[in-house]
Amino acid sequence: MSTRLATGGRLLDKTKAVEFQFNGKRLKGYAGDTLASALLANDQMMVGRSFKYHRPRGVVASGAEEPNALFNMGQGAKFEPNQRATTTELFSGLYATSQNHWPTLEFDIGAINTLLARFLPAGFYYKMFMYPRTFWKHVYEPFVRQSAGLGKAPDAETKDADTYEHFYFFADVTVIGGGVAGLQAAKVAAKSGQKVLLIEQTSAWGGRAAVDGGEVDGQPVADWIDATIAELDAMENVTLRLRTMASGVYDHGYVLGYERVTDHQPDVTGPRHRLWRIRAGHIVTATGAIERPLSFAGNDVPGVLLAAAVRDYAVNWGVSIGDRTVVVTNNDNAYRTAITLKELGLEVPAIIDARAEGGGALADKARDMGIRVENGKAVVKVKGTKRVEGVAIGLQAGEGAVLETIKCEAVAMSGGWSPVVHLWSHCGGKLIWDEAEAHFRPDPDRAPKGDAGQAFVTCAGSASGAMGLGDVLADATSAGAKATGKRKPKAPAGDARDEAPMAPVWMMPQGAGAKLKMKMWLDPQNDVKVSDVQLAAREGYESVEHTKRYTTLGMATDQGKLSNINGLAILSDALNQPIPQTGTTTFRPPYTPISMGAIAGEARVATFQPIRRTPMQDWHEGQNPFFEPVGHWRRAYCYNRPGETHGQAVEREINQTRNSLGLLDASTLGKLIVKGPDAGKFLDMLYTNMMSTLIPGKCRYGLMCTENGFLSDDGVVARIDEDTFLCHTTTGGAERIHAHMEEWLQTEWWDWKVYVANVTEQFAQVAVVGPNARKLLEKLGGMDVSKEALGFMEWADGQIGGFDARVYRISFSGELSYEIAVPASQGAAFWNALMEAGEEFGVMPYGTEALHVMRAEKGFIMIGDETDGTVIPQDLGLNWAISKKKEDYLGKRAQERSHMADPNRWKLVGLETVDGSVLPDGAYAVADGKNENGQRNVQGRVTSTYYSPTLKKGIAMGLVHRGPDRMGEVIEFPTIGGANVKARIVDPVFYDKEGEKQNV
Amino acid sequence: MLILECPYCGVKGEETEFHGGGEAHLKRFGPGSDDDQFHDYLFSRVNPKGVHLERWRHVNGCGKWFHAARDTMTLEVFGTYSAQVFEPPQDIKDKISAKRPGWQWREFS
Amino acid sequence: MSNAVSALSGAEFQGIAHVKEQGLIGMITLRGDFASDAFKAAAEAVSGCALPEVRKITVADNGNRLAWMSPDEMLLVCDHGAAPQAVADLTERLGGEHSMVVNVSDARAVFRIEGEKCREVVAKVAPVDMADFGVDDFRRTRFAQVPAAFWMSGAESVDVVCFRSVAQYMFDLLSVAAQEGSEVGVY
Repeated sequence: MSTRLATGGRLLDKTKAVEFQFNGKRLKGYAGDTLASALLANDQMMVGRSFKYHRPRGVVASGAEEPNALFNMGQGAKFEPNQRATTTELFSGLYATSQNHWPTLEFDIGAINTLLARFLPAGFYYKMFMYPRTFWKHVYEPFVRQSAGLGKAPDAETKDADTYEHFYFFADVTVIGGGVAGLQAAKVAAKSGQKVLLIEQTSAWGGRAAVDGGEVDGQPVADWIDATIAELDAMENVTLRLRTMASGVYDHGYVLGYERVTDHQPDVTGPRHRLWRIRAGHIVTATGAIERPLSFAGNDVPGVLLAAAVRDYAVNWGVSIGDRTVVVTNNDNAYRTAITLKELGLEVPAIIDARAEGGGALADKARDMGIRVENGKAVVKVKGTKRVEGVAIGLQAGEGAVLETIKCEAVAMSGGWSPVVHLWSHCGGKLIWDEAEAHFRPDPDRAPKGDAGQAFVTCAGSASGAMGLGDVLADATSAGAKATGKRKPKAPAGDARDEAPMAPVWMMPQGAGAKLKMKMWLDPQNDVKVSDVQLAAREGYESVEHTKRYTTLGMATDQGKLSNINGLAILSDALNQPIPQTGTTTFRPPYTPISMGAIAGEARVATFQPIRRTPMQDWHEGQNPFFEPVGHWRRAYCYNRPGETHGQAVEREINQTRNSLGLLDASTLGKLIVKGPDAGKFLDMLYTNMMSTLIPGKCRYGLMCTENGFLSDDGVVARIDEDTFLCHTTTGGAERIHAHMEEWLQTEWWDWKVYVANVTEQFAQVAVVGPNARKLLEKLGGMDVSKEALGFMEWADGQIGGFDARVYRISFSGELSYEIAVPASQGAAFWNALMEAGEEFGVMPYGTEALHVMRAEKGFIMIGDETDGTVIPQDLGLNWAISKKKEDYLGKRAQERSHMADPNRWKLVGLETVDGSVLPDGAYAVADGKNENGQRNVQGRVTSTYYSPTLKKGIAMGLVHRGPDRMGEVIEFPTIGGANVKARIVDPVFYDKEGEKQNV
Repeated sequence: MLILECPYCGVKGEETEFHGGGEAHLKRFGPGSDDDQFHDYLFSRVNPKGVHLERWRHVNGCGKWFHAARDTMTLEVFGTYSAQVFEPPQDIKDKISAKRPGWQWREFS
Repeated sequence: MSNAVSALSGAEFQGIAHVKEQGLIGMITLRGDFASDAFKAAAEAVSGCALPEVRKITVADNGNRLAWMSPDEMLLVCDHGAAPQAVADLTERLGGEHSMVVNVSDARAVFRIEGEKCREVVAKVAPVDMADFGVDDFRRTRFAQVPAAFWMSGAESVDVVCFRSVAQYMFDLLSVAAQEGSEVGVY
């Protein structure tokens, strides 16, 4: 059984006991533990069930590469699935449950899949769920959904209780990884005076060297680490950060750093995660190397760990995986595990070395310590199911005949080391295959290129393929110098590597038969075996990317950190080609999964997106209306009174406005000032009609098109003085049209003397509408608003009720209407004054729906309803607003193109249902015959449709093929229910065709 | 995520401050142009693999449009320059030539 | 006018820094040819500030500030009540010179972030290197999802300008960025 040792545990504070819960059990650990080390200290060997076969699985690794120990963490609003126990720091009150089993971890029904393994090979899902197609919805999909995924998704109704944030940071050099290589590279870079950021994903500096020991410049490496950290910490130009993982390297030196701020101290106030958005002049990746597993039968039984992980648990956390540990290896490094365990007083029954010629100095040392070393041997099979009971030993060169069975509780395996090249590769760094170490390492001549074409990533230490303390320090010194472009200082002297060559071992034993291969796990997280990859190759999957997707090798949360190289080797062998020819799958960010919360940062709840508020928004909110989004604004759709439906409220608002008085908050309308000697000329180019002839004091409705001819925006233009115009845009168009104007001024007509300013938000604007509008203004007193002083389509400056105001006599409702602009700071006060004074007229605020219905009754078009980016003004019968005199305007040439001038275009008409009902929005009118896809031909569509309280029937506008030529004709609109609605083509102006009401 | 230097305000900012605007140095064809000219002006773009002259706006900044000479493959930025010119200035051309001898983009080289 | 109110009427938040909406502030957009003597003279005379260099902001004895917005645009920051007169004065002085003077005081909201950690609060929402941002620097950028401009109003104080309609968003944003316990420990 695994247990806590009386001594050891360099990261532990044994004076601080920590209590936590796992699957309902109360367990104890120490401050400094990870969840994995604490579970192992409590003999929790089994930590989960595998994805497909539900096999018992235990902890394999001690870091980010862990594939098995994934837990549901926390409860309720703090629940999160798939958290790695090996990178989760233990804290008091931690609550974790295991995943992927039912009903319990110990007894699991799904484990029957392991007996069915023969019937669940690679590609099973693709093959099984294809036919019959009708089975998909009710049989296959529910089954796949039931089996898919690892942990449970958080409850959809529960909101994450934590907060998150981003942080922008700029550094000349960003060093990723706080092992000796990272420390040395950072030190060299920092000494040049440049600004350096050093980040480390774990909670401790030093990396592997802190565990494996050795000497630097004659002092113990642990002391050198402490001294270097102290030195860096004291430098002003250096920022150090623990618990910060570089999740990705992106174009032009962009790095995302994922800092886990309070994961390990959930009671502390503050954001849970911080996403560092780092821009680095140069990036040094000192990300180390990851040990590879070996492929032997039963290599997934709980108690089989990576050799270095066994060492980590013993040295860092004082945890023994078992009293007796068999080490199996193809390299010298794993001998360190045997030596460490022996030194701690634990038993190492044997070291199984696959190399016929065996190891070097470390092997000699192990033998001297009395450890049995077997060269040229292999683990044929691991005994046990829920925990290791022993290993069967055979010849590596053989087929699996068992020579001997050795009892043990743990197996420490090592298949060699692979540099962590992910960050190097994210942005295009290329790799080379190193035959001697049987791994891919960065090719320094093919680094990712930055904004000036310079190499911007350098690898340091094991990440670049340097193995052994001395080589690591030398390599890191070069990397630090390269990052700053300065001369390389003398590297500190570290222990030279004294190891015999490793030997690639991709399968153990090498001649294993089918039965053994079906138990050799390549990817424990996705339950992919040697036999699966071989099957994929036999079925024709030659590309490694295809094999990955077919077998799921290297997918999911660990992205194949353990499995990739072994899988590539098996695939290459099956395809009979060298490994470099097979190549690797693409490395993509994030390096390890990061929380969605960190990605969102502050963008949640109130700050999810900017909501724009008018100066009168508080008042509107006080009425508790139904709001609708218009761009980022929230405008009242209607102001429901208690018990009223939306329809009833809209009807009331319209009736009151048409009969007496209504108010609309029109502040959201865009207002652009265009000024300069060439302003008239400029607006003539922007609008389809002539604006330069407008006289000061007058207003004119105008249309704007894109160069493509399509209608883009509309609004009323007021000429303020000879040089100055004020252009109203739609609510959604203010920023867009402002940008449109700037674009043409800056990039085409830059010699024209015109300035534009967006004053949309400088003014609160209120539409005072209805037969009593003038009476209200006269009651408030101030400027003359009589017909004579201020005629229809005129504007004037003055005072209304003591407010400085600009009053436009324009109407979007067909009623007598004044749009009044006051400074935004006085908008709320002005609105209140209007409401108060309007009481005697029964003044009513009206919302956007009433606005829409009233304009539709008048046949006024609405950008976004009647237009959709394919509609030209001529389609809408707006030829009166298109100047025939102008030689040019944006869109004119496009409107001359043959398709635009085609008389067969769909054109705007009014539609009146024969039975008075309301046409469905967006409905299409059908025509005779079918198109080449077998669909019914269509001849028009509804663009706006409402119930008109004024006319007491349904009214609509639509675009209909040759519509204006077909007045009186009845066409049919099929509805979703199946019945056809008949509608007559009529004039789009339904109400007050002569405009008598607005011009009084 | 790219970094670009606005030639007007000198900010070397990240891409989120800017807005791409497609091909630079387009010549406008209006009324009086023939169908082919107008079609090319409106729709034909070079979309090269390599050197590209393109428009950007410093939208979350000084608001000005400018031009950038950039490699669409490597993302290397050779330089940025005023939008109010009819062809890339000589120093920009020289910078591109130094890195990509023999380059060509539309009528410029 | 007495019934004039700013977007948030001086809302404030205390966290790792103090965030406060600054009430009504006068702002004038001034566009023209910086190389023109008439423009320079008018701008300097009315604002009391020296014409700022690229991406700089200058301050006058009376507290007025003049900021470089773009190659043809300056921003004059003054008392809210003084803005209409300043607009009139500038317009008159510029006379026939092609230029534009617009009162935009009410189109904006101003926030002050005060405290030792003010730079960190900015760096959480704006893609700007706050390490070497000086007291006379002026920067237009985005604050999370909205355009903004800011300058240092003191050694440990940042003033941020945004559009009035998003004042609530800006306040909420700065409050989240300044939340208790969120010191980064860099500045």
